[in-house]
Amino acid sequence: MNIWIAVAVTALGCYAVKLAGLLVPAGALERPLVKRLAALLPVALLAALTAQQTFADGHTLVLDARAAGLAAAAVALVLRAPFLLVVAAAVLVTAAVRAMGG
Amino acid sequence: MTSAGSGLTLLQTCVLSLLVFTGASQFALVGALAAGGNPFTAAAGAFFLGVRNAFYGLRLSQVLALPRGIRPLAAQWVIDETTAVTLAQPTRRSARIGFTVTGLTLYVLWNLTTLLGALGAKALGDTGAWGLDAAGPAVFLALLAPMLKTTTERAVAALAVLLGLGLLPLLPAGVPVLAAALAAPAVLCLEGRRRANDAREDAREDARDDARDVVRDDVREEDR
Repeated sequence: MNIWIAVAVTALGCYAVKLAGLLVPAGALERPLVKRLAALLPVALLAALTAQQTFADGHTLVLDARAAGLAAAAVALVLRAPFLLVVAAAVLVTAAVRAMGG
Repeated sequence: MTSAGSGLTLLQTCVLSLLVFTGASQFALVGALAAGGNPFTAAAGAFFLGVRNAFYGLRLSQVLALPRGIRPLAAQWVIDETTAVTLAQPTRRSARIGFTVTGLTLYVLWNLTTLLGALGAKALGDTGAWGLDAAGPAVFLALLAPMLKTTTERAVAALAVLLGLGLLPLLPAGVPVLAAALAAPAVLCLEGRRRANDAREDAREDARDDARDVVRDDVREEDR
């Protein structure tokens, strides 16, 4: 049930902001500070999420095979690999490190 | 695929893709729920990630000039990819075609791959053993990388990582990510203050230069 609530709230919220952008008259959100903040919010959230899903195990921080996988993804990104290849690199390296007992 | 690995049913996973349809928010929601977060904090994190779509919508509504009746339908397709394609078009006609084609293809593909991924993950069983739990952070990193253009973005990312990891042992699941979002206004605030300081220093230097000029003029006067 909790998951359904989360899905519904997210769906409504995300749809509302998409629609708001199309309906609101231009200029209302065009203030430079608001625009800067909207551009930086995803940066902060994505960075925090990346770090947490790599190093978190519940409420503790751990260094395990996922870190190796993320490093592989980072290398793939630097080499300008396409999106799917970046994700595949992370998955494969994580699985490989785990298979070796890491 | 990751979502099926974190406790969502097949139906929940597919409804999420159909109704939310903005990748980063979906992954964030699933991640927060998997970590045992409360549904509202999980949804809040996903919502903040979706806020950028409002700004895409602003740009798009100027380019597309859609009739009011169509806007509620078009809204669901306002995402990173459609915006990029649409804004790259030279004319309104091609922008509308670009938006529709990109929106439709992505919507169909995204939901099909969600279904296949969820079925596949079910067949695989323990997603962790296959390294699939690393797919989530890799997706986030791939979305984040092109955004890190200047020092400001990098500073925000670094501060957010510190906040997100540092607060993890202290706050309930899902909340540290929201706290990490504060990195954005914090860095903006610092940046604004530094700019104000620079401006003040420039003004002071100008004043000093002016004073020197005055002295020089005086000396010249005396020479005469």
